[in-house]
Amino acid sequence: MSTSVTPPRGAERGGRIRLFLLRAWLPACLLALWWMGSASSTSLYFPSLQSITETLRTDWLGPGFAEHLLPSVGKFLAGFLIAALAGVGLGLVVGMYPVLRAAAEPIVQFLRSLPPPVLLPLGLLLFGIGPSMNIAIIAFGAIWPTLLNTIDGVRSLDPQLTEMTRSYRLTRGQKIRYVILPNAGPQIFAGLRTTLQMSIILIVVSEMVASTNGIGYYVLNSQQTFAVPQTWAGTLILGLLGYLANLVFIRFERYVLRWQAGLLASTGSGA
Amino acid sequence: MKMTETYPQTTAQDKPEADAAVANPNVLLQLQGLQKNYGHVRILAGVDFEIRKGEFVCVVGPSGSGKTTLLKCMAGLLAPSGGQTIFEGQPVTEPPAKLAVVFQDYSRSLLPWMTVWQNVELPMKNKFAKAERPARIESVLEAVGLGGKGNLYPWQMSGGMQQRAAIARGLAYQPDVLLMDEPFAAVDAQTRIELEDLVLRVRQEFDTTVVFVTHDIDEAVYLGDRVIVLSGAPTTSAATSPSTYPGRVTSATPNSCPSTPGCAPKYSN
Repeated sequence: MSTSVTPPRGAERGGRIRLFLLRAWLPACLLALWWMGSASSTSLYFPSLQSITETLRTDWLGPGFAEHLLPSVGKFLAGFLIAALAGVGLGLVVGMYPVLRAAAEPIVQFLRSLPPPVLLPLGLLLFGIGPSMNIAIIAFGAIWPTLLNTIDGVRSLDPQLTEMTRSYRLTRGQKIRYVILPNAGPQIFAGLRTTLQMSIILIVVSEMVASTNGIGYYVLNSQQTFAVPQTWAGTLILGLLGYLANLVFIRFERYVLRWQAGLLASTGSGA
Repeated sequence: MKMTETYPQTTAQDKPEADAAVANPNVLLQLQGLQKNYGHVRILAGVDFEIRKGEFVCVVGPSGSGKTTLLKCMAGLLAPSGGQTIFEGQPVTEPPAKLAVVFQDYSRSLLPWMTVWQNVELPMKNKFAKAERPARIESVLEAVGLGGKGNLYPWQMSGGMQQRAAIARGLAYQPDVLLMDEPFAAVDAQTRIELEDLVLRVRQEFDTTVVFVTHDIDEAVYLGDRVIVLSGAPTTSAATSPSTYPGRVTSATPNSCPSTPGCAPKYSN
């Protein structure tokens, strides 16, 4: 590999530590403030952070891990992956053929305008209570940003690239794999990121309504039984889950689109 | 062939000499009454000329004379409104496998998500077995002065280097004819001179017929064995200079065409 792209290893590591410190100081300070401020709390609704972390440890590292966290994560991943794969696949097909695009436009616009939670009652009727219903709600509700962005990214192919692929007689498969998908990559990932966020929202909402386990169920159930530290703990777990999912996603995006960062830097956007 | 003011009398129907091209093995590419309209606007109103094997032909014309349109019709990227292009005896209806195009805007024809090596390799996938490719890529990159630079991405290189990579991609495809559409319009003057000499060199090394479209008469005269001038509005015909081939290119070219009538007089301006 060319040495001109990668900065010296030491400098990179120093930069990473700096970045970590820069990002970590505010959350750390807030946590410390919360810890100290709530230490002597006697309020029912604002329990001390210590009691919340205690609950986190007993509930979420104990039985809650297998009973609530794993099912939620599993359903969330399944729903997100279905939405992502179906969104990219359908978007690719629809984006490549103008006729399909014209035909699909009104129906896509109608379906994406439905607020996903509104599908819950119908989903309950169709799938009943359980994981398949949760997954179906995520897949159907969160697919739209990825689908629309993929359609848009696919059709945004530079005409000169199309001519290049024709003149060099690339097969359709080669064109899709080496030209169309990479070209649409930045837009696809922008869509996927929104799909990811919607997936997290929808897993919680659907578990609150139609599940007997999972984080959403746990949070709502704790709230209804006045288990306040549990309610707080579940909320924190949800936030952490979303944060981690996003972190992993960004890593993945950076890796897949690593060419784009260099391209942007070279075209003078950093000038 | 001289310019004519009126619409051409010669259309493909009047002149079914496709067989003649087959008969003369020296003719690689033949345009027969090629016409192209964009809506009601007629861009090409019947262009005839032929390219012989081994020639370096420059097609020169002012902006708006339909140079790019002509090249796209020759490359099978654009269907002509009338007339036809015959390539190696076959009418061109889609891009032929033995024809490669180097586009004007290198930044939009190289894939930024692939290294130079991968860019060069991509069109070869349907033509060369996997084992053959590395040596060939190595040799074309070496020939265009990008030896050892295969790992770079296009955006890590200067414009001139990117166009070298695009030329390498065309050469690696091993075409019988390389069509170049104003390839040096976007590079600076010094790079341009280097690239012009590079094209002359690799053309000999890889024994490729080249059709080079440009608006620059000096460039056309410098590079071409023969210069075809597009003129008229709409472009009705092509005035062509006597061929200097193989006058300029000396004994280095293996398949010279001693029988070409225009070989003897050197083009002088």
